[in-house]
Amino acid sequence: MGNMEFVIEAEGLTKTFGSFVANDNLNFNVKKGEIFGFLGANGAGKTTAIRILCGLLLPTSGKISVAGFDVYTQTEAIKKHIGYMSQRFSLYEDLSIYENFRFYGGIYGMSRSKIKEKTSEMLGRLGIESLRNSIIASLPLGIRQKLAFSVAIMHSPQIVFLDEPTGGVDPITRRQFWEMIYEAAAQGITVFVTTHYMDEAEYCNRVSIMVDGRIEALDTPRNLKDKYQAKDMDGVFLKLARKAG
Amino acid sequence: MKQFVIKEFLHIFRDVRSMVILFGMPLVQVLLFGYAITNEVKDVRVSVIDQSYDYASQAVVNKLFASGYFLKGEHINSTREIEESFRKGKNKMVVVIEPGFAGKLETGQQPTIQLIADASDPNTANLLVSYASGIINAYSRELVPAGNIPVIVPESRMLYNPSLMSVYMFVPGIITILLMLVSAMMTSISIAREKELGTMEVLLVSPLKPFQIVAGKVMPYVLLSFINAGSILILSYYIFNVPINGSLLLLLGETILFILLALSLGIFISTISNNQQTAMMLSMFALMLPTILLSGFIFPIENMPAVLQWFSLIMPPRWFITIIKSIMLKGSGIEYFWKETLILAGMTLIFILASVKKFKIRLA
Amino acid sequence: MSDISVYGEGLVKNYGKTEALRGISFLVNKGEIFGFIGPDGAGKTTLFRILTTLLLPDAGHATVEGFHVVKDFRHLRTILGYMPGRFSLYQDLTVEENLKFFAGIFKADISENYYLIKDIYDQIAPFAKRRAGKLSGGMKQKLALSCALIHKPEVLILDEPTTGVDAVSRREFWEMLIRLKNQGITILVATPYMDEAILCDRVALMQHGNIMASGTPDQIIASYPHRLFSIKSDQTLELLSLIRQMTGIHSAEMFGGNIHVSASNALTGIKEIEDFLRSHDFRHFELEEISPGIEDCFIDFMKMNQAS
Repeated sequence: MGNMEFVIEAEGLTKTFGSFVANDNLNFNVKKGEIFGFLGANGAGKTTAIRILCGLLLPTSGKISVAGFDVYTQTEAIKKHIGYMSQRFSLYEDLSIYENFRFYGGIYGMSRSKIKEKTSEMLGRLGIESLRNSIIASLPLGIRQKLAFSVAIMHSPQIVFLDEPTGGVDPITRRQFWEMIYEAAAQGITVFVTTHYMDEAEYCNRVSIMVDGRIEALDTPRNLKDKYQAKDMDGVFLKLARKAG
Repeated sequence: MKQFVIKEFLHIFRDVRSMVILFGMPLVQVLLFGYAITNEVKDVRVSVIDQSYDYASQAVVNKLFASGYFLKGEHINSTREIEESFRKGKNKMVVVIEPGFAGKLETGQQPTIQLIADASDPNTANLLVSYASGIINAYSRELVPAGNIPVIVPESRMLYNPSLMSVYMFVPGIITILLMLVSAMMTSISIAREKELGTMEVLLVSPLKPFQIVAGKVMPYVLLSFINAGSILILSYYIFNVPINGSLLLLLGETILFILLALSLGIFISTISNNQQTAMMLSMFALMLPTILLSGFIFPIENMPAVLQWFSLIMPPRWFITIIKSIMLKGSGIEYFWKETLILAGMTLIFILASVKKFKIRLA
Repeated sequence: MSDISVYGEGLVKNYGKTEALRGISFLVNKGEIFGFIGPDGAGKTTLFRILTTLLLPDAGHATVEGFHVVKDFRHLRTILGYMPGRFSLYQDLTVEENLKFFAGIFKADISENYYLIKDIYDQIAPFAKRRAGKLSGGMKQKLALSCALIHKPEVLILDEPTTGVDAVSRREFWEMLIRLKNQGITILVATPYMDEAILCDRVALMQHGNIMASGTPDQIIASYPHRLFSIKSDQTLELLSLIRQMTGIHSAEMFGGNIHVSASNALTGIKEIEDFLRSHDFRHFELEEISPGIEDCFIDFMKMNQAS
């Protein structure tokens, strides 16, 4: 029964588009409360895999469960138990902070009082209660990014998927963002994150590196650096990805 | 410059949607309007209550059914049965001729003929009444060729405008709409697209002058619009026998003038919109709807409220429709519409100047 | 003969109430790679648009190769190579058609200038018939660079050329830039990636429309005023909140799995930090003194600006 510890289990995950193999027999498990880095070059197959895990795309074959639900048959249940945030789409810029919270809370069937409670809790944590009715477009990018993350976890999902969440953000905000991620993980939310910043890979508990549709490496950053004799994750990544190229 | 035009053609040919709009639209519109209209007035059942039943009333009835537009519907004997026959769908119109028709005619008393139409389908009713009125009036003129006063009064408040019923009238309208669509909408969207994708930045930083950018964008559309106008003319000439009574050269010349006008409008729109969506909305609401509604293409300008009539004066399509109608249907020469031509030329000049002024050599 | 390629003084640009540039001045020498490093909203794109004659500054002035960016914009447009933020390619045209088009609008001869782009273009030449929209991020970036270079510009201005591109493509891109620099082209590059600063000859660190610092990466690192330590532990969050309470600490920030702690005075050293942690029952950690990176410097400058 130790199974319950894993919130994502993928066994032989394969996805083909015609003759093109986007994901080739991926095997990995992600533990509850873990920060799991999902790295790879552009076109390595990350996006396809994330779409499958979020229940947006059916795999060609493989045994995959997310939050205890099957990706073939229980995609609706999966969607209720995950959160998602990307750099490209996060909040409605023409709505206020509270209106965004109310909208996303509503989507996940949260009650009005629960939404109110969550909103003040999260704004309190960010120290921006006074901005509750500010329009998103008027806020600095850093605050928006943190709000987007708050919205993604407001319904207390088991897993939150972050697709390049920190692109273009200043270094201080990036760190505050990672502190938020650590806090969420400490509360038991599993964090599944992609990034192009190799130094950010070092924030993760474990990192997988995809090359040409396959997972070439999966371990803690420290073990990976030892194994590939690199001084940082950038070195590990270059060794793996160049080998493929 | 050459590279620019080649590139523009590649954009057009690679985008299935715009290809469909460009070349599918003329075909579909001409066929749609053409067949829809010619079919509408032909299979309609009409019944006559002839309360006179004399030589004159019978002559009118014969004229009506000889026109080919009406079929004899279920026979009814009295006006009380009209409603029921409408309800059952047996008749679409009933013609009631008052008693003593020939007698009144002979004594110059102006006999009346009632045209009662099933207005649950107002368009058809409108058409039927106008048609019947037209035939009756023609007959009335036959009886008294010299007089201007009609001898027989058809009782209907519909406008006498038999040519409205013909596919002929739609061809000028369709040409106008399509030229507007292709020239103005497509150019404004294609310029806005460059802004949206950021490629405009690179073009602006290049040595190209604004004039060259605009000309390069516009040239392919001049050609395509011209091909489009030509294909509509050929289609309507061969399928629906729409005549071109005037000079073909003059027609093509006026068409080019209108294309230039539409293009300059399109450029103008693109200078005030930053993305494809805005350009699309602006072209739709500022160009297409007025073209369809206010140009006299569908709704007669004479029937509009004064404000809209006044508004239609600044609609370029209004003038262009007048011009091509004159050339195609009446066969008139430039002496009859030099004023309209001048107006169009003036508008073109204004829009070209405005867009050259507005087209920025910088981003903001 | 001047060695200055690009010169800006007191450049100001506002969009309504938003102050995009608040009076920045800088110098770029001929033949160097100059990096403008900063997050989104720092004003990098606005600055580049002024330098490429696309925007007029509200105040201040700038020259590129001795030509004024407002008065001489016609001439400047013939000698600039510009790659805007999003790779500005025609997605529905093929690789080859894009290159031909951009050569065409600059009246450039592809075969004459091919030597400049050969290294880059050779890598995408096998896909010459593929539409630009179907290329991977790295390949799009190479094509966009080829298109910006085909008219042999004297100054190359690249706005975030590596954003959203994976680490391998980024590395290759920088290798290309260094080769171009060796051909004598002056290169201005904007980037939010701090680690790319080290690849530039000189950099300007930008934030909120200001240049916080500029110089060679070494100069900037040397100007870092604090002693810096790195602590590693399994309980990063706890460690972070604990260490921030210590007196004599200027700041503590996460750096990957580590925490970088800067001391507010020379007296705070390894021993002091160790003692502090142990006195709070924190035992499992690795502590070492390190030399700062550009990112440490950037954070420090940001904090200084926030304080003032």
